[in-house]
Amino acid sequence: MIKLKANFKYNVIWFLIMVAGFYLMNTLILVGVIDSFIENMLVTIGINIILATGLNLIIGFAGQFSLGHAGFMAIGAYATAIVTQTNSTPAGFYISILVGIVVAIIAALIVGIPTLRLRGDYLAIATMGAAEIIRIIINNLKITGGAAGMFNIPQFADWPTVYIMVCVTTIIIVNFIHSRAGRAVTSVREDEIAAEAMGINVTKWKLAAFVLGASTAAVAGSLHASYLQTIAPNDFGIMESISILIIVVLGGVGSITGTFVAAVVLGVLDTVLQNFGTLRMVIYAVALVLIMIFKPSGLLGTWELSIKQLWRRPKRKERVES
Amino acid sequence: MNKLLQVTHLVKNFGGLNAVADVSMHLDNNELVALIGPNGAGKTTLFNLLTGVIPATSGSIVLSGDHGTYPLNGKRAYKIADMGLSRTFQNIRLFKNLSVLDNVLIAMTSKFKEGFIPTIFRFPSYYKTEQQLVEEAQKLLAIFELEKDTDVLAKNLPYGTQRRLEIVRALATKPQILFLDEPAAGMNPEETANLTELILKVQHQFHITILLIEHDMSLVMSLAQRIYVLDHGSLLAQGTPDEIKTNPAVIKAYLGEEA
Repeated sequence: MIKLKANFKYNVIWFLIMVAGFYLMNTLILVGVIDSFIENMLVTIGINIILATGLNLIIGFAGQFSLGHAGFMAIGAYATAIVTQTNSTPAGFYISILVGIVVAIIAALIVGIPTLRLRGDYLAIATMGAAEIIRIIINNLKITGGAAGMFNIPQFADWPTVYIMVCVTTIIIVNFIHSRAGRAVTSVREDEIAAEAMGINVTKWKLAAFVLGASTAAVAGSLHASYLQTIAPNDFGIMESISILIIVVLGGVGSITGTFVAAVVLGVLDTVLQNFGTLRMVIYAVALVLIMIFKPSGLLGTWELSIKQLWRRPKRKERVES
Repeated sequence: MNKLLQVTHLVKNFGGLNAVADVSMHLDNNELVALIGPNGAGKTTLFNLLTGVIPATSGSIVLSGDHGTYPLNGKRAYKIADMGLSRTFQNIRLFKNLSVLDNVLIAMTSKFKEGFIPTIFRFPSYYKTEQQLVEEAQKLLAIFELEKDTDVLAKNLPYGTQRRLEIVRALATKPQILFLDEPAAGMNPEETANLTELILKVQHQFHITILLIEHDMSLVMSLAQRIYVLDHGSLLAQGTPDEIKTNPAVIKAYLGEEA
């Protein structure tokens, strides 16, 4: 029971940090420090965090190299665009998120069951192909507006919605990782044959991670569509999948904290560099190359921020000193 | 009375190669049996067939439990592990980048259930199961004197300790039968002596059946109650250690024809 209370304490601290972050941003916007330009950047960062934590679950923890994350994002985006145009209420928006999640789960199962048998590069190519199929289907349907995309999507996703969604999806993914399920998923990454011999249903856990990652990508897609109000099939091509992958690799494959840091660093870098015109892409690329040379395991490697450890460290020191 | 594990006419062909050719054998309750043979005789292939890593070409493997008999051929490896057959590997296959504790906890995955919703929203029931899991794992680690190393990454353990952890991990699945694939490979005589004691301890304390592949004859002869000899995929001989030692066919397979 003592342990239970201690864990409750850490959860409360995390919750307070989230609430504090919310009010900090709210105040900064009221005071005028954050203008609409910066707010736009923050929302993009938030959406990227949701996408990249989901992809990190698939790549970093389940060890399945997926290059098709943008496909699931597209499903969420189009679900929201289509549903909110017929039902233009906040309720319609939340229903559209659910619709996106359900369709993304179905798509992830259809894609995952045959392809997750493949390993490494083969899986990457297969998932890339699957995402292209999703994009091409969207490109050729009438209901999705074809290649021109969809316009005038009602805006329900403002920054508080995105902030709350970042918190919710992160809680779900982090709690999934730190559980029996997460351990099973990680054992698949470490050694499939050994995992199977220890009674782990490898296919089931690979799929679980893939489906969970896909459904959070759909949420990110919904927010993207509703915030930008305009989407086109080409927004969800291979380049989008790769830019999500860059965040994961840069932050550290297997570190959710790293994903947060990388999403913020890249988001800020991208915005700051907009003043440099065409040089922007060069500087951006050079920054990526430099980080990969000097920190090949990503900014944070597999390190995770843990309130529990931060809390215990000073206490341990006290004990040593006394 | 049924044998705990009955293997009949088991065959595995890789293309034109008969890796395992018509092997029949059995294991009794709480028995320690050794499987020996020259390199390339098909011992590890036989292990892989028994634990479902690869499917057999033909033949049958039947496990007798408290509630009847269960055929194991054609079953996926994780199902076979669930039914109480666990193993170690010739070239250690620990979850290298995970802690010692996690290695053991993973092996207990299928024995404990946690729902998705209680896990995600951290219901008290989640903490209760987690605590139960960790306590059980620590108890097991303590038996094998690994309780001080729970937070060490598996890859940072010394070689002999890694072998020991692999046995602990296999035991965490609560097996009825434990397959040990060359547990003494790469160990010095002192470590081998410790291992001998450890294997006896496992057999007595956990009341399980052990099938052992080993090249170290001192270990085999001091431990095994029965021995199967495999050569070129088929059974060459079987019997007690004393019978095997004096069997002319076995001596011929190991040392070659007398000149």
